[in-house]
Amino acid sequence: MKIKAQVSMVLNLDKCLGCHTCSITCKNTWTNREGAEYMYFNNVETRPGVGYPRNWEDQEKWKGGWTLDNSGKLALSTGSKTNRLMKLFFHPEQPELKDYFEPWTYDYETLIHGGRKNNQPVARPRSLVTKQKMEVTWGPNWDDDLAGGQHARSDVNLTKMGQDIVFDYEEVFMRYLPRLCNHCLNPACVAACPSGAIYKRDEDGVVLVSQDVCRGWRHCVPSCPYKKIFYNWETNKAEKCVFCYPRLENGLPQICAETCVGRMRYVGVVFYDMDKVEEMAATKNEQDIYENTVELILDPHDPEVIKAAREEGISEAWIKAAQKSPVYKLVKEWGVALPLHPEYRTLPMVWYVPPLSPILQRVTSDVYLPDAHEMRVPVQYLANLFTAGNTEILARTLQRVLDMREYMRRRETGDGPIDHNVDLTEDQMYGMYKLLALSKYNDRFVIPSDVKVSREGRLEMQQNRGFACPTGGCQ
Amino acid sequence: MSLLSQKFKFLRKKNVSPSGHQITEDGGREWENFYRDRWSYDKVVRTTHGVNCTGSCSWNIYVKNGVVAWENQATDYPETPDDMPDYEPRGCPRGATFSWYLYSPLRVKYPYVRGELAELWREAKKNAKNPIEAWKSIVEDPEKAKKYKSARGMGGFVRSTWDEATEITAASLLYTAKTYGPDRNAGFSVIPAMSMLSYAAGARFLNLMGGTPLSFYDWYADLPPSSPQVWGEQTDTPESGDWYNAGYIMTWGSNVPLTRTPDAHFLTEVRYKGTKVVSVSPDYAESTTSSDAWLNVKAGTDAALAMAMGHVILKEYYIDKETPYFKEYAKEFTDMPFLVRVEDINGTVQPGRFLNAKDLGRQEDGSDFQMVLIDDTTNEIVVPNGTMGDRHTNPEKWNLRLENRDTGAKIDPRLSVFDQREGVTVVKLPYFGDEEHEGVIERAIPTITVQTVDGPVKVTTVYDLILANYGIDRGIGGEVATSYTDDTPYTPTWQEKITGVKADIAIATAREFADNAEKTKGRSMIIMGGGINHWYHADIIYRTILNLIMFCGTEGVNGGGWAHYVGQEKLRPIEGWGGIMTANDWSKAPRLQNSTSWFYFATEQYRSDCIDLADRVSKLAKPRYRHPGDYNVLAARLGWLPSYPTFNKGSQELINDARAAGAGTEAEINQYVAQALKNKELQFCVEDPAAKENHPRNLFVWRANLIGSSSKGHEYFLKHLLGTKNAVLEDDDAATRPEEIKWREADGAGKLDLLIDIDFRMASTGLYSDIVFPAATWYEKEDLSSTDMHPYVHVFQAAVDCAWETKSDWDTFRTLAETVSRVAKESGFTEYEDIVALPLGHDSPGEVAQPEGKVLDWSKGECEPIPGKTMPNLVHVKRDYSQIFEKYIALGPNIENKMGAHGLAWDVSDEYQTLYAQNGTIDNPEFISHGRPSIYECKEACNAVLTLSSCTNGKLAVRSWKAMEEKTGLSDLEKNAKGREQEKITFDDMVRQPRFIISSVTSTGKNDKNRRYSPFTTSTEDKVPFRTVTGRQSFYCDHEMMRDYGEAMALYKPVLSYKPVQGDYKQEGIPEITLKYLTPHNKWATHSMYFDSQQMLTLFRGGQTIWLNEDDAAEIGVKDNDWVEAFNKNGVVAARAVVSPRIPRGISYMHHAQDRHINVPGTQVKKDRRGGTHNAPTHIYMKPTHMIGGYGQLSYGFNYYGPTGNQRDMTIVARKLKEVDWLED
Repeated sequence: MKIKAQVSMVLNLDKCLGCHTCSITCKNTWTNREGAEYMYFNNVETRPGVGYPRNWEDQEKWKGGWTLDNSGKLALSTGSKTNRLMKLFFHPEQPELKDYFEPWTYDYETLIHGGRKNNQPVARPRSLVTKQKMEVTWGPNWDDDLAGGQHARSDVNLTKMGQDIVFDYEEVFMRYLPRLCNHCLNPACVAACPSGAIYKRDEDGVVLVSQDVCRGWRHCVPSCPYKKIFYNWETNKAEKCVFCYPRLENGLPQICAETCVGRMRYVGVVFYDMDKVEEMAATKNEQDIYENTVELILDPHDPEVIKAAREEGISEAWIKAAQKSPVYKLVKEWGVALPLHPEYRTLPMVWYVPPLSPILQRVTSDVYLPDAHEMRVPVQYLANLFTAGNTEILARTLQRVLDMREYMRRRETGDGPIDHNVDLTEDQMYGMYKLLALSKYNDRFVIPSDVKVSREGRLEMQQNRGFACPTGGCQ
Repeated sequence: MSLLSQKFKFLRKKNVSPSGHQITEDGGREWENFYRDRWSYDKVVRTTHGVNCTGSCSWNIYVKNGVVAWENQATDYPETPDDMPDYEPRGCPRGATFSWYLYSPLRVKYPYVRGELAELWREAKKNAKNPIEAWKSIVEDPEKAKKYKSARGMGGFVRSTWDEATEITAASLLYTAKTYGPDRNAGFSVIPAMSMLSYAAGARFLNLMGGTPLSFYDWYADLPPSSPQVWGEQTDTPESGDWYNAGYIMTWGSNVPLTRTPDAHFLTEVRYKGTKVVSVSPDYAESTTSSDAWLNVKAGTDAALAMAMGHVILKEYYIDKETPYFKEYAKEFTDMPFLVRVEDINGTVQPGRFLNAKDLGRQEDGSDFQMVLIDDTTNEIVVPNGTMGDRHTNPEKWNLRLENRDTGAKIDPRLSVFDQREGVTVVKLPYFGDEEHEGVIERAIPTITVQTVDGPVKVTTVYDLILANYGIDRGIGGEVATSYTDDTPYTPTWQEKITGVKADIAIATAREFADNAEKTKGRSMIIMGGGINHWYHADIIYRTILNLIMFCGTEGVNGGGWAHYVGQEKLRPIEGWGGIMTANDWSKAPRLQNSTSWFYFATEQYRSDCIDLADRVSKLAKPRYRHPGDYNVLAARLGWLPSYPTFNKGSQELINDARAAGAGTEAEINQYVAQALKNKELQFCVEDPAAKENHPRNLFVWRANLIGSSSKGHEYFLKHLLGTKNAVLEDDDAATRPEEIKWREADGAGKLDLLIDIDFRMASTGLYSDIVFPAATWYEKEDLSSTDMHPYVHVFQAAVDCAWETKSDWDTFRTLAETVSRVAKESGFTEYEDIVALPLGHDSPGEVAQPEGKVLDWSKGECEPIPGKTMPNLVHVKRDYSQIFEKYIALGPNIENKMGAHGLAWDVSDEYQTLYAQNGTIDNPEFISHGRPSIYECKEACNAVLTLSSCTNGKLAVRSWKAMEEKTGLSDLEKNAKGREQEKITFDDMVRQPRFIISSVTSTGKNDKNRRYSPFTTSTEDKVPFRTVTGRQSFYCDHEMMRDYGEAMALYKPVLSYKPVQGDYKQEGIPEITLKYLTPHNKWATHSMYFDSQQMLTLFRGGQTIWLNEDDAAEIGVKDNDWVEAFNKNGVVAARAVVSPRIPRGISYMHHAQDRHINVPGTQVKKDRRGGTHNAPTHIYMKPTHMIGGYGQLSYGFNYYGPTGNQRDMTIVARKLKEVDWLED
């Protein structure tokens, strides 16, 4: 057993408002600068829909993530090393700007300084890349709220369902899917980088692209199945979500998490067994990967685990944080949070509680609170997103949340206990209620601020505080 | 390492495990400082956003190297109890982009003047002897005036200075006051709570000048007139945290995640307590996604659904079984037990007005407002405590104790006369649901007969009338429903064909709602919003829903009742703020005008009004007038509504005339005015609104985007008010010609001499203004913020100083005041005697001026014109324009002793005293304000507001409750604030953290740290009456005009539907479709704010859009993102199509306040015209019942009662835009 600590996030999609505050605060914090305009480290997608970049889930096209080779070993879907070397100067799977969108601004100046006209002046769009006037035909959130219905229809999770989804007004459904880098346990980007510029931090599992080392080969871009590595056209280097490590290092949650108005993000530490990562990711049946990932996560109360963690140099603060981790509870204790597309085999460390949805029209007058199969968003659709198509696990997950609601309703009205079998105890359901509903700040975010990188030379850090020698000084 | 070797590092074997745990060797991890540096900052400052969204969120602004870098939400609100979620973080994506505006190319950095005007002014100044003369030489010369007015909106600003721009403004204001009267100067700014002192600055300036601040809440149709109709309260609503107390919630026309983003979490979270959430919405909205059920009602038919739900609840919870909780609530807190006369009116037997004590022979003051009921214990008709008849005369009886007001004996109100009935009377009731009933349904009601001064009269109870109206079968005949499957008004089956909602779903939902209310003692809630509020008949839609609320005893209960969130942004410290805003500290009688009427006449929309009231009135009545404008003339005449400019002569001229005719005292002058009106020697301006001397001249817009956002009938604004290019397609085509309004040919000259914009960004109002002043942003000034959504007050602070030449609104109006005072002196125009015509106000004795809801018009000889009784009050005010500045900067003497609200007042003298030390005093001995507390700086004004308001000053809160005790004869109300008597919240306190407000009588509910605010809990728990004629919640509105229009009781009325155009605008080969035109709130903007922000535009489609159903779009060959034009007689918009299956067929969504300055091309239907704002195809439609005044809760209050600027009953023709012309010449 080789224990590593991972900062991990859970997003409760059932509470997502689709408001995009996370995207904006993230952008303002990190990417509202030249070369990065088109990047959304964090974006929000309407589902069904094609997402950002367009149809990113179509791995036939992008070849992201891992597959198993003939011997059952993990191999990057983009091909062998030789294969990738061949593509060093030509990447057929490289997304183009149009797959994201061409960023633009407007001729705002013309409104004040454009001079006297025969008609009211108007600010027209202008490309931030070419600086030319442009037509706006695609954006990072073009199909928000099912705008442009054809996009929803080409969502691969829908087309994979092999059954007719009626897509008209009466049967329509949608929910939101915020996305960021998953800071995977088995990141394809790291393996794909020819320069060795991408690494997973030892102390917290944050995956970063070294801006010193990156040489702009862009192999990481297609190999990330979530398309969460971007190429900065100004610096010619890859950039990605940094999990707000400058904040994590100070015990603060990520900007997207802290500013989430739906209060649906949870951040905490989990321990996992690094020695088993490869084996678990290489499981033959892709529907088993989710449960394998959960198995990788270790019980932070287990004395063996604690001992092993100490041996690995993990501090008491981190052990304590792991024990109070909301992520551990949601993922492991209650099993209500799932990874996005586990079949990509990268073992994502960002998790999602799947969303409830309105009761199907045909049973609306018969049902007070629905069961997992009586809701508008088809279980199969959600299963395609979160369980590699396994509807049983997906339905079980939804049912746990529904049971919690019924349990609480009966508590409120004094209607007596639930009359069907539930697979969580009353204490668990109440604990889940507290975390999901009351969601107090200090329960949502449990982050140790004692970070390894700052342990060394603290006195020097205190005294220097970023002071660098002027040129020619400090011999 | 060389670049080359770096490049081929890939070839060097590295120890890479699939899990990727590795640390680069080269350069180590020092590079990580790259992002650490990006995150670093120099300071964090708390402030907020002053945008009209009701959010009132506290934000942290990160400043780096003296520049605002980014912002994110504060999370440190005072905590709520452990068993509920906290208020953090509050914010939304729109607010999160605000820092962009500070340094964006859209920022207004300097004062600007329209080029043509600047040239004229600079020339005129050379020759004129003073600025007023200079101004006169421009505006009185038609050619010169036309030169700059017709250039409005066409670009061509030149940079000016503060000195020059304020001087032009001052000259125009003073010239207007001198020549036409100060009430020709007006100002528009929106909802104050979002930045109270910025609002107060302009209003204070205008009120000191005698100008006219215009209302907002009614104008943008957010005011639900149903609230005053039912409760006698503008709007009151639970804080969002109270949703968490609900056991069942319907969101009805309210898209909570979109429009209440910071609060939406309470709604998703309460579901985990097992609360069911039902979404009633025509589209699959954001709010629908997280609901448990979707009732996809057809747009605008909500009242039919609610009537059917009411039918189910009445039948199952009142008739089939008795529900004790509901019944007791109905008896105690609603007008259900009150007696109504059933009599022959206009030849048919129908319910009339309430029976009152005067009918029964009592003669004392107020007896005509003492409504009566039957005491079940004694079987006698009694006057209970709490009616409006006792409000102004017998305070000890004005409470909701169930007592006989004459004997003090306990009473038990009888709900129904059914068991004691002396007969069954078949009455005719108005009905608007279909053609075949011809406007009338017959229903049977039990009646008894009482002896009145007019002889025997049949009466029944409101409860009996309600059951009859809803068609509940009581076994006494009439057209009633024997089962839910009857297609009889108002059964579930009847509603299905109107609303599209399956009958069984309507039944199940009604049952669930009532069942939960019964189980939880009222914790069923309906969150209501703009989707059902902006209709012409929104008030009656609301009343059908409010009935459900009241049937189930949910109002005045935590976790229950209506939760109305449309622009209701509660200004918590209302008294202190009100004193400063109205300038009542120096001069009484502010001219607070309702905007809808003002704009209706100012933009000449009466000329093109489609409404013929003969089509709208009940078939049981005849309309007094057919043209809505005529009713407004009536309302001005009878003192129902304010009407500024008021008279066709300036006040000073009028007073001079009166004196010349021998009048000496104010009373004699008033008598002269009344007679002159009666003799038609003097006119109301609204009788001849196009006349040169009768229309407004100057209009300020600050904290608002009137032209780009709220100009209903936008193109008529451009045409008549501004006199510039416009896209009105059909004008002068009113359905009927008005009788009371003089019809002149339109001259198109542009009524306004100046449109003055104060803003930090260049949007449409700026583009169309003559002068633009550069404003501070929300990160550059001090101010206060509060809302109904949360229980805190908090602050704006300057994170950085004002950039460029910008100023805060407080400083801008102070600078203007200074210039006005100087120009007045220089020009020799200083003193002015003013007469202000004030309407009969709610919460004042004016509300009992016109009893029994009878309309008596003195101009028709039906009564005498008596100021304050049958016509407006006339109040005399002496002004001195040389002192405007001196007064603006200090707190005046009129409020040093008493302040208050809602007709109550209490001592504030000791607190006023503390301001001498706190703020310092004015030290210039020449000033009239010498020695008075300073409010020169905005922060001083903030502290004055906090000190003088009961919700921020515990001592005053306790006094306010004491005042309520004296007003009601109730005891122990003080307890509501007692524990917080020692608290006094200051500006600096809130710099540290937002603060919980203190309960005071300025609200109808109460709250503390452990209790969420819920309205009317002081009524249900402490027995404070509702401010209505019965003192209870009203199911029955008995005013003559309410009955004329069939709205005495709630019912269903279809939406208005007029042909979009009369003329032929077809284009060869371009198919067209006629659609309903709905303008819900935009996800990517808050009104027009943020609409132009680069980040928001990037997150969706980059400009104006119009949403269409896929099949509708296919019908006209429109694909997603095609350019579309949508037009009707009022104007045209050009927008990109968004094609979606979540929109039902037959309707289009053009999201509200998409402004026309970003990415809008020319149109085809009107060549050489750019597409307008979302308001281009809208028109002001006024509803006469909203104009009623002088009668109880139906009395005027600013933003409280008055016609709404609804804009939802519109249809448009949509078609593909054949050519896209950018009109850039």
